[in-house]
Amino acid sequence: MSVVASDAAIPLAAPSRRRVSFRAVFGLSVLLLLGGAAVLAPQLAPWEPGKQMLLKRLRPPVWQARGLREHPLGTDHLGRDILSRILYGGRISLGVGLTAVTLAALIGVSLGLCAGFFGGRTDAFIMRVVDVFLAIPYILLAMGVVFALGPSLLNVILVMGATRWVQFARIVRADVLSIREREFVAGARARGNRPLRVLLRHVLPNALTPIIVVATLELAFMIIYESALSFLGLGVQPPTPTWGWMLSDGRNYLANAWWLATFPGLAIMLTVLAVNLLGDWLRDTLDPRLKV
Amino acid sequence: MALLAVEDLRTHFATGSGVVRAVDGVSFEVERGEVLGLVGESGCGKSVTSLSIMRLVPAPGRVVGGRIRLSDEDLLDKDAEAMRRVRGARIAMVFQEPMTSLNPVFTIGDQIAAAVLAHAGGSRRAAWERAVDMLDRVQVPSPRERARDYPHQLSGGLRQRAMIALALAPGPELLIADEPTTALDVTIQAQILDLLRRLQAERGMAVLLITHDLGVVAELCHRVAIIYAGRIVEMAPVASIFGAPLHPYTRGLLRCLPHPSRFGQPLSSIEGAPPDLREARAGCPFAPRCPHVLPDCRREEPAFVERRPGHFVACPVVTA
Repeated sequence: MSVVASDAAIPLAAPSRRRVSFRAVFGLSVLLLLGGAAVLAPQLAPWEPGKQMLLKRLRPPVWQARGLREHPLGTDHLGRDILSRILYGGRISLGVGLTAVTLAALIGVSLGLCAGFFGGRTDAFIMRVVDVFLAIPYILLAMGVVFALGPSLLNVILVMGATRWVQFARIVRADVLSIREREFVAGARARGNRPLRVLLRHVLPNALTPIIVVATLELAFMIIYESALSFLGLGVQPPTPTWGWMLSDGRNYLANAWWLATFPGLAIMLTVLAVNLLGDWLRDTLDPRLKV
Repeated sequence: MALLAVEDLRTHFATGSGVVRAVDGVSFEVERGEVLGLVGESGCGKSVTSLSIMRLVPAPGRVVGGRIRLSDEDLLDKDAEAMRRVRGARIAMVFQEPMTSLNPVFTIGDQIAAAVLAHAGGSRRAAWERAVDMLDRVQVPSPRERARDYPHQLSGGLRQRAMIALALAPGPELLIADEPTTALDVTIQAQILDLLRRLQAERGMAVLLITHDLGVVAELCHRVAIIYAGRIVEMAPVASIFGAPLHPYTRGLLRCLPHPSRFGQPLSSIEGAPPDLREARAGCPFAPRCPHVLPDCRREEPAFVERRPGHFVACPVVTA
């Protein structure tokens, strides 16, 4: 990857001043806010996330009757503070989501690039592996692997990355198949560029748009995926709070205590929305044809 | 000694429906500082010839015979790494389609600077300055600003100029221009041809110009090779080709051009279509379409003989 990085550092045009985009500002500030809150959770959270106060079970948010001022978003069925749990849960959910997407993208993009660019047997082999991964339900695969390796944070991330790279590989391969036929790729080879350099400097940057879009969608998916694994007892183990776990936990109380599932749900929704807006903006910005 | 010597080049494509003999025994030489035009209709093997010289023939194509010498080195003997060092540095290529032959996600200055860096090294700043200088040399107006433009922000003519700057930045000995003006409108064509001629003379660079446009040939070339069905049928200095063409195919091509003296008459064309390159060849490839065909033409391949000084033709019919 160093090839790309060094080339990108060639004195480019001084960045032209562009209109500040609402999507960028909103997406970035929401993400920074959530990320910052997650990082600073020990300082911000009013309570220990695991502290049970059974006398204050299922208290609604502060603005409702029976709400308590010391629990702004209410408490759950064990009397734990929802706000504190969301803050702490963000560390796991965002962290796991981001690292898992990065891992999946690294695996998927490299394999997709190779499959599309080199074609032939390489392509056939990689795509058959993709087919195998598509044929096995990923949750089942994850269950098997986590079961074998034992549930830990690292294993969960590895399993999530290793089961979701397929989307990246397929998208990238399809794009590379058309990009490699374009004349600038032939031109790059005719100027004596090494195949790897052609791939990384000329093909990859042109395939970036769908990668970003898939990555933003996958980040949202990974947060849900992590909660599904947690729900099955294979993910992060309770009492460590995660958004997904809180969501599935709160499901049982939806009829009479809506705040249990709603607030972690909102956190997930906000994150996904912010990531998608940011990805949208990034895609438009990286594509010079849309930059006029 | 000639800069580039192609001897009996054969490039075949092994397809599912048979072997396509796209280039089947092409020989020519390009001297230093010379512009050779390689002329023929679509599918006659012009582009495959140029890709063979670069050793970039796409699969399932393969050079199956012949020799390609650059100065005194045989390009077909080189390993992949040595060949890679020839590309760009010693032989550069300009493609037909200026819309798609520049990378859309980098500025043109960035692309030229990268080519300079790859071949000459030095600092990024120096490479950037060199890129701006190259754009200036190909007469891009306000090159310092244009260097920061992306390809889509430029007109077709400017893009082709940038393409030429990109190809010439490493200072190649030979430029292969594959239909460099086909996608441009006529006034821009004239400007680009003018630019190519000027740069060629300035640098004493050899040019292999691949085209189907005889007008472009007349503008730019010193010598012309007419290629038909993967073989060269006639080769001569440009004045000789236009003044006294010998091969019936060349004559047919020239008759296809509109001319003021034939005003009001319908444009003529050559009857028939080029042969199927999958079939084994026997005799002259042009025989089925030739108005002067002799029985011998269908049996044995005509010899490539010098009928006039420097004027070679593969046709026994013509008595010059």
